[in-house]
Parts: sequence; structure tokens; C-alpha cells
Amino acid sequence: MSETSVVTNESATESTTNNEDAIVSYKNITKSFGDVEVLKGIDLDIKPAEKVALIGPSGSGKTTIIRMLMTLEQPTSGEIIVDGKNLWHMEKNGELVPATEKHLREVRGDIGMVFQHFNLFPHMTILENCMTAPIHVQKEDKASAKKRSIEMLEKVGLGDKLDNYPSQLSGGQKQRVAMARALVMRPKVMLFDEVTSALDPELVGEVLEVIRDIAKEGEMAMVLVTHEMEFALDIADRVIFLDNGVIAEQGPPSKVLENPDNERLQQFLHRFRG
Amino acid sequence: MTPKGQAPSTGGLTLSFNESNKYKGVITISAIADIFPALIQGVEVTLKVLFASIILGYSMAFIAGFCRLSNNIILRSFTGFYVEVFRGTSLIVQLFWLFYALPMLFNFDIGSNFWAGVLAISLNYGAYMSEIVRGSILSVAKGQHEASTALNMTRFQRMRLVILPQAVRMMLPEFGNYLILMLKSTSLVSLIGMHDILYQGDLLRDANLSQAPTVYLLVLVFYFLMALPLIWLTKKMEAFSKKGVATQ
Amino acid sequence: MSNWQWDTFFEAFPLVVEGLGITISLTFACYLCALIVGFIWTFIGRMKMKPLRWVLSWVMEFIRSTPPLVQLFFLYFAWPMVPYVGVTLDPFTCAVLGLGVHYSTYIGEVYRSGIDNVEKGQWEASKALNFSTPKKWTKIILPQAIPPTIPMLGNYLIIMFKEVPLASTIGVVGILQLANNYGAQNFRYLEPLTIVAILFLVLSYPSALLIKKLENKMNRRFDKKEALHSMKESKGAVS
Ligand SMILES: Nc1ncnc2c1ncn2[C@@H]1O[C@H](COP(=O)(O)OP(=O)(O)OP(=O)(O)O)[C@@H](O)[C@H]1O
Ligand SMILES: [Mg+2]
Repeated sequence: MSETSVVTNESATESTTNNEDAIVSYKNITKSFGDVEVLKGIDLDIKPAEKVALIGPSGSGKTTIIRMLMTLEQPTSGEIIVDGKNLWHMEKNGELVPATEKHLREVRGDIGMVFQHFNLFPHMTILENCMTAPIHVQKEDKASAKKRSIEMLEKVGLGDKLDNYPSQLSGGQKQRVAMARALVMRPKVMLFDEVTSALDPELVGEVLEVIRDIAKEGEMAMVLVTHEMEFALDIADRVIFLDNGVIAEQGPPSKVLENPDNERLQQFLHRFRG
Repeated sequence: MTPKGQAPSTGGLTLSFNESNKYKGVITISAIADIFPALIQGVEVTLKVLFASIILGYSMAFIAGFCRLSNNIILRSFTGFYVEVFRGTSLIVQLFWLFYALPMLFNFDIGSNFWAGVLAISLNYGAYMSEIVRGSILSVAKGQHEASTALNMTRFQRMRLVILPQAVRMMLPEFGNYLILMLKSTSLVSLIGMHDILYQGDLLRDANLSQAPTVYLLVLVFYFLMALPLIWLTKKMEAFSKKGVATQ
Repeated sequence: MSNWQWDTFFEAFPLVVEGLGITISLTFACYLCALIVGFIWTFIGRMKMKPLRWVLSWVMEFIRSTPPLVQLFFLYFAWPMVPYVGVTLDPFTCAVLGLGVHYSTYIGEVYRSGIDNVEKGQWEASKALNFSTPKKWTKIILPQAIPPTIPMLGNYLIIMFKEVPLASTIGVVGILQLANNYGAQNFRYLEPLTIVAILFLVLSYPSALLIKKLENKMNRRFDKKEALHSMKESKGAVS
């Protein structure tokens, strides 16, 4: 136990020092739910266009980490910097004060997220699901938002379902719509929270295929919480192993997934390989 | 003496038990020809009260429903008090209170029995329906809030574009049922002297007690005919609400 | 608030409260009537004859969607005038029948939903075990159908309590009627009507809370059962 945390602190300090150009940096983030400290000091930098896979046992805090970046959960302490701007705090009369809704909106505009359970809007068609936010949030004109939405839906292979409602789609199709919906907002960082784990096994492939395509295009940073180790090995630039609320090991996928130092990580991987 | 005459409500109506009631309960064509026009007049008043109550009642439901969800504790507890008082007492008591007691309390008159009736009905059912509004908004799935936050919508946009359209679908079936409850409750305004269909029926009964069965049967049929479109509408609303909602 | 008179309040209070006995006993009488007639609706509704069921559903719809106040007047003023079957009823009986039958259409729905919610497997099981019809109902269906409807039935008792003052219009001397009498005699409605409102609130609000508590408790029990059920299932899947 104590060994693990020592390792973490070292690797954490390393990564904070060498990244001035990060698009996202977590600085000593902790998070408690009631008395339970779920995250115990996370330091993490994500470079533009970097693909990061987040792995770890259930309850280790993976979802919590990305939800804080999407402003769905508030950190207990520490700071998150997005593109040079402090996400959860803002400056007022030379002092740092908790962010207002307006400030959060300004900063999180660069972040997009895809959820485990899709969270499509059931009262809108597929096309409306995609074009609502560009029109109302980004004030794009309707014609161009529609055009881009259709293109994006074609790209994820759903060009023929534009006027269908989410309830008429399979799980895999729903998740592809959810990705198109997030992508038309042109985020700089895209978060994926176990996007395939609510799907029937035979539908996982089509969704991973789309993610792989997006990843290849390259310009967007991606953080993927996943249990698909092969997939992580394939597309990630860096794999982070989270355990007990700390980063227990991180590095290139070939190192972390195939030759891990951390004992808990070895056990964890063994369960997947076995 | 008539028991009904004791209520402050009858507007001076008295029952006359006529000894010469030979045609006990016989329905004649001519009787119906007399009764019909009078009842039709009453239908108009009933419908006016109903429409005004529906509009005001639904507005009240949304206003109070939103207030109960607000962050302002004073607003929240004040609306909570309103809702519990109106749900905890009878409509007929509220009606009498608004019509007889309130003017005494503040030396202020609501103005007409029409507004006293409409106000009582809409405040009463508004209170019940505000609970539906609140409950529906609260039961839209958490994931819907999160997805709209992830798309960077403002609080207002989230409510308008995502939450409310789904919440309204959940409200509709219940709202439909309340249409019929409100229609039935309009009959109470006859007790404060509005010339609605029941009041017209009471007048006809007073004129000739023997035709009471015909009169009240017709009154009931008229109410049922008014209810039919509302029942149909309720079914439509139910069907519409079946699609397009995500709940936890 | 200068018009509020405390002495009128204290003078009227005991007079109005006297009607509470009638109001409450009428509530229970109407409720009992609704429970029984509701049972009859449900029973007829389960019979095999289709035309009968069709007629029944329209009769229920008619009763449910026309005002109870008019139904009371019909029973009180018109029923005695109806040839052959007409009889004069006293106000109390009228109110019991009128309000009881009106609300029986709602109660019938509650029963029906309770029975419909019993799983299909339970019916099949009782068939497979070769239960007689009365046994099937008393041992299997009703014990499962009744408990979930108890909170709903409780709600209808409170609703009934709040509907009962309608009976003052045909002369049942409950609290509302006594308040009206006091008002008519003294030309002051404010205090007696306020007393009536307070009495309703004081009696119905705690009852509503009680029922809500009951409902939560039953929901929890139901959830627990579900959880156990799914646990067993998942265990079954593993082995
Ligand atoms: N809203 C909440 N309230 C209380 N506890 C919470 C809440 N959200 C998460 N937790 C707890 O925080 C811990 C971390 O949760 P989190 O969802 O981040 O884990 P995870 O790594 O994503 O797990 P999984 O692989 O199961 O998704 C868990 O123990 C969870 O029970
Ligand atoms: Mg998770």
C-alpha cells in the first residue's frame, strides 16, 4: 500500500514539471464523497492531440476524474487548468473565487463527453440531437449546423437514420449518435466513459471502429476510460493505471500493459488476460 | 323548509312541494322542450368557468411547481404552504371562504362570483397539479442534465430544450385527468349563484318538482357530453406522452 | 386583519366542532360504500361476457365524469319522483350512496390495477397446482394484489373526507353546514369558515403524511424483494 503511494508522488511531480503546453492539467486534485476520499491528489497533464487511456479497478475513481473536467462533479481541492484557464476558480478583484456558471461555460466549451449510457435526448430525432447544441449554444446558423450534423452522422455510418428517434436504434447505433453529437461541437478534448460497456458484445466492434477513426484524424485530445485493453494498446499514446484514488503507474501502452512494474497492475491485467 | 336553503349558497332558491303534482315523474316532449333551452344557457356559463379555470389552473401549476424547485428558500416554503393548505382542505370550503369570508377579512371583494369560482377551482387544482409539475421535472433522468451540460448549454437552455419537453410528456396523462376533475368541480359555482347548468337545473326543479328526474338526468347527460371530448383528449395526451421520455 | 374577531372565533368553535362526528362518520360510511361497490364493479368487469363489460365500462365512465354534486341532487330531489322505483331517502343515506357510488368507480380502478399487477406466472402457477377458484383468489392472487393498493386506498379515504362537505348542500349537518348556519344567523362567515378550513387541514394533512410514509415503506419492501429476486437470478446464471 504505502509503496504504491510513494511511486505515485514521484511520477506525479515528474509529469507536472515538464508540461507547459498541456491542454488540460490536473493540479493536486482530491475528491471526497462525504467522508470517503475517492481521489487522493491527482496530477495529470494532457497534451493537445494526446490519446490517454485510463484503466483501473472498479471504484478507483476513473469516472470521477473525467466528470470533474466536464464540470459534472466539483473537486474537493486542487485545480484544473484547461487551455490556460482555471476551470473551477476565477479571478475577482485579484482573488481566486469559486467559478460561476458563466465562467464554467466559458471554459468547458472545449470539452466534449460521451457517456456509458448514451444519454441521447429521447424527444428529438437523431439529427435534432446533433444540431441542437451548435444552434443554441454556439449560435451557428441553422443551415450550416444541419449540414455539419448530417456529415457527422454519415461519418459514423448513420446517414440513413436522420429522422429516427433514439428509441428506434440499437445500442451501438445510439452510442455512435452520441459521438456524432459530441463531435459536431468541435471539442479540443473528448472524454469517453466506458462507452462500450453497456453494449451487447456483438455491437462493441462498430463503436470502437468509430473511435479508432476519430483517433486517427489526430487533432483532438482524447481521454478514454476503458476495459478494452487491446484497444487501449492500439490507439493510446499513454496508459494511466488508477488505483485507490492515485495514479499508480503510467507510461506508453507497451510498457504499462505488457511490462508493468506495479504489482496491483500486474494482478489487474492478469484478470483480463486470463 | 328545504335543507339546501340553509346553505348561504342557494341564492334565495326555495323548494315548493306542490300538492298538484299529478304527473309524477312523467317525461313529456313538451317538458324537454322547456328544459332544453334553459340548460343550454347554463352550458355556456359552465364552459366559461371551465376554460378560465383550466388556463389559470395550469398556469398556477407551472408557477407553483417551479417555485417549489427554486433555490430561494422563502419562495419554496411559501409555495409549499400554499400547496399544502389547498390540498389539505376541501374545494367547497375554499370556494365559500373566498366568496364569503375573504371579503369580510380585507373589506375587499373579489368582484364577482365568476372570479371567486374560477379562483377557487384554479388555486385548488393548481396546487395538486403543481406537484405533478415538480415530480415530472425531478424524474427526468440525471443523464439528461449531464448530457446537456456536456453540450455546454446554459441552465435555461437545459430546462427549455431538454428537461421540460420530457417533463411535459410525463405530466400530460395526469393533466388530462385533471381536465375532467375541473369540469366536475365547475358545478360548485352554482352554490355561489353562478347561472351554470346545475343552477338552471335547480331553477327548473323548483318550478316543477315533478320534472326533477328529467331535469337532473339531462344535466348529467350534458356534463357527460362535455366530458367526452376531454376524455378523448386525455387518451390522446396519454398516447403522445408514451414516446420520448427518459427516466431513471 | 382588523376584521378578524377572536371572540366570534371562540364562540363559533365549539358549535362548529360539534359537526365533526357527523362529518367523520359520513366519511367512513361513504368510504365503505365505495369499497363495496368498487368490488362489485371489479367483479362484473372480470366476467366473461363482453357486451356486459362494454356496458359496464360506459356506466363507470358516466358516473366518474359527471359531478358528484349533481348526482347527490339527483338522488335527493329526483329519485323520489321516479315512477315505481322512487323512494325518499334521508340526506345522510343519500350522501352515502351518492358519494360512495361516485368514488367506487375510482376504487374499482385501484382494485383492477392491483389484480393486473400480479405476475402472470402466479396465475399459471395456481392453475398448475390445480387450485380451486376461491382458493386461487384467497390464497394466491389477493394476498399479492391487496398490499400494493393500500396506500392508494388510503389516499381515497382522505379524498373522501374532503368531498364529504358536499353533503351539506342536501342538508347533512356536518362542520361546513354548522359553520354556514352560524354565518347565516350572525352575518359572520369569516371565523366559522376559517374554523372549518383549519379542521380539515389539521385532520387531513397528518393523515396524508402518514400515508406517504406507508407508501415509502411499501416501496422499500418491494425494492428489497426485487433486489433479492435479481440476486437469486444472477447466482443462478453463474452456477
Ligand atoms: N455521487 C457519488 N456519491 C457518493 N459516492 C460516489 C459518487 N460517485 C462516485 N462515488 C464513489 O466514488 C468511487 C469512485 O467512483 P467512480 O465512478 O469514479 O469509479 P470508477 O473507477 O469509474 O468505477 P467503475 O469502473 O465501476 O465505473 C466509488 O467508490 C463510488 O462509490
Ligand atoms: Mg466508471
